[in-house]
Amino acid sequence: MELLGSKPTRFGFGDGLLALGERHSNVVVLGGDITGSVMTQQFKEKFPDRFFSIGIAEQNATTIAAGLALSGKIPFFASYGAFCALRNADQLRISVAYNEANVKIGGGHSGISVGPDGATHQVLEEVAFLRTLPHMTLIVPADYEEARKATIAMGEMVGPAYIRFGRSPVPLFTTLDTPFVLGKANVVREGTDVAIIANGALVWEAHLAAIELAKRGIQARIVNVHTVKPFDFETVTAAARECGCVVTAEEHQVHAGLGGAVAECTGKNAPVPIEFVGVKDSFGGSGDPEELMVKFGLTWKEIYASALVAMERRDKGSSGVRAIKDVPVYSV
Amino acid sequence: MTAEIKRSIDFNTATFTNERRAPEALAPIANEIRRDIVRMLVRAGSGHSGGPLGSADIFATLYFGGYMRYDPKDMSAPRARFVLSAGHMAPVMYASLANAGCYPKQEQETLRKYDTRLQGHPGRDMHLPGIETSSGSLGQGISIAVGMAISDKLVDKNDRRVFSLTGDGELQEGSVWEAAMSASHYKLDNFCWLIDNNDCQIDGRVPDVMNVYPIDKKCEAFGFDTIVVNGHDFADLMRGFDHFLANQKNGSGKPTAIICQTFMGHGVSFMNDKFEWHGKPPTKDQAMAALEEMSTMP
Repeated sequence: MELLGSKPTRFGFGDGLLALGERHSNVVVLGGDITGSVMTQQFKEKFPDRFFSIGIAEQNATTIAAGLALSGKIPFFASYGAFCALRNADQLRISVAYNEANVKIGGGHSGISVGPDGATHQVLEEVAFLRTLPHMTLIVPADYEEARKATIAMGEMVGPAYIRFGRSPVPLFTTLDTPFVLGKANVVREGTDVAIIANGALVWEAHLAAIELAKRGIQARIVNVHTVKPFDFETVTAAARECGCVVTAEEHQVHAGLGGAVAECTGKNAPVPIEFVGVKDSFGGSGDPEELMVKFGLTWKEIYASALVAMERRDKGSSGVRAIKDVPVYSV
Repeated sequence: MTAEIKRSIDFNTATFTNERRAPEALAPIANEIRRDIVRMLVRAGSGHSGGPLGSADIFATLYFGGYMRYDPKDMSAPRARFVLSAGHMAPVMYASLANAGCYPKQEQETLRKYDTRLQGHPGRDMHLPGIETSSGSLGQGISIAVGMAISDKLVDKNDRRVFSLTGDGELQEGSVWEAAMSASHYKLDNFCWLIDNNDCQIDGRVPDVMNVYPIDKKCEAFGFDTIVVNGHDFADLMRGFDHFLANQKNGSGKPTAIICQTFMGHGVSFMNDKFEWHGKPPTKDQAMAALEEMSTMP
């Protein structure tokens, strides 16, 4: 992995949306008054007839989107994740997911890296909720380019989907040529000593941790689970079985997010020691994004330390999971 | 039951078109919808009696008065759409769709049973023709209808109509007013909001639980052309629907709200205007009495 620059994932959402608008005349966008910050402004300017301002009313916007989807449109509604994943949870559950309505939600300003706005705006819980909704596709892209590809992919698939993106610039390391298939996790680094399963901005941190681990002769495998749902049980199971221990890393509560999904998978298919890197059952706070990532333990250092702990737990135990071969992989 | 034999129309085989009818022609259809509601609820052993019976006259006018244009044999074809926001009132919509010929009448007997297309609250996943959306969590259907009306009028630019019915207790859900705001903001004169104003909800009279009045002034303040009608008088109901049609035809740029004043459980004397009948079915004896009573109606 090579550092190519730094760009917010929300820019990828905005650019992907523009590309979709050009390709598909039935893509429409609903605004929730923060169109500039969630990058739907460009779409509004380019396709004014397909943009509808709904104001500060996320429940209504989500449900209007369902009505548009039931009329053959491909509606995107974007707001801050705090408001378009949780405030409208019931609308997402009934009118979007149960209806299997082709609604696309863009959740911006996600995670602690929002920075100075503070805890109210730093959504750290929505992955947990969204991945329990039947029919929902849930994407947490790692960088600008992946967010752009993911936005186009979610627009071109049929069914409810949510993409989580952030406000602040994050390392850019994927390219036009990096494969992106919904539901298919990317192994971005090979290794068999420890599996680091990450998404969002924590994929780059996992890369930094792997470099440090390599200095000690430890080869970490990094799996980028950009699609949390549908979950790639095959790739995660293989990583757990072949490495024998796992570290998960995400900019979200450690409860029930990516770490929860990995634990559900390995509990069934490869019960190995797992360490969880994430926000540990607390709310965020104001500060610069970099300061906050350090304060809440979301850097390569925590991943590095957790990898050592996971390996130690594996080596002291006797699970013998590494011997598992030719056993089916179970999903749910 | 001898009373059933006396009837001139064979309701088991008859289906009713959506052509415009005289007000007096709607009464027997509404009566049959009510009978179907009673029959399906007593078989189900659970469900809501009050709202469905009380709004049967609204549904008869909507589906059979010439205001909704649809092909009952192909409910996926371009059509006027009705969204039941008050999902618990599903029996009256199921009965209306059956009497329109959208699905077989005898299937009504499966209401709320295992694997039925007639779920306790409408489920779009069951693919019952005429069910435009799942509903049951109050306050959402009206927003869905607004989304459909935006799609028809502003994206596809056609002249199809969208209707949605909410209860009056449902007006306590704040998102209803978000939907109302957006309907007038986007000048959706193709959208008609029906409010079943029976003044009852599960816990009691609406003003005692949480006052929503004055409903007409609120609707007007939110930009609706608002009309109040007697929800049991077909001529008056048609006056309300005609008002909506005129609004759309003239391009008034205003959505229409028809506040239908009704009595919960109307048509069955022992249920009439009693909020206790919101969420329960009749017993067998009560159903027999109700059907007997309705057999004397037109």
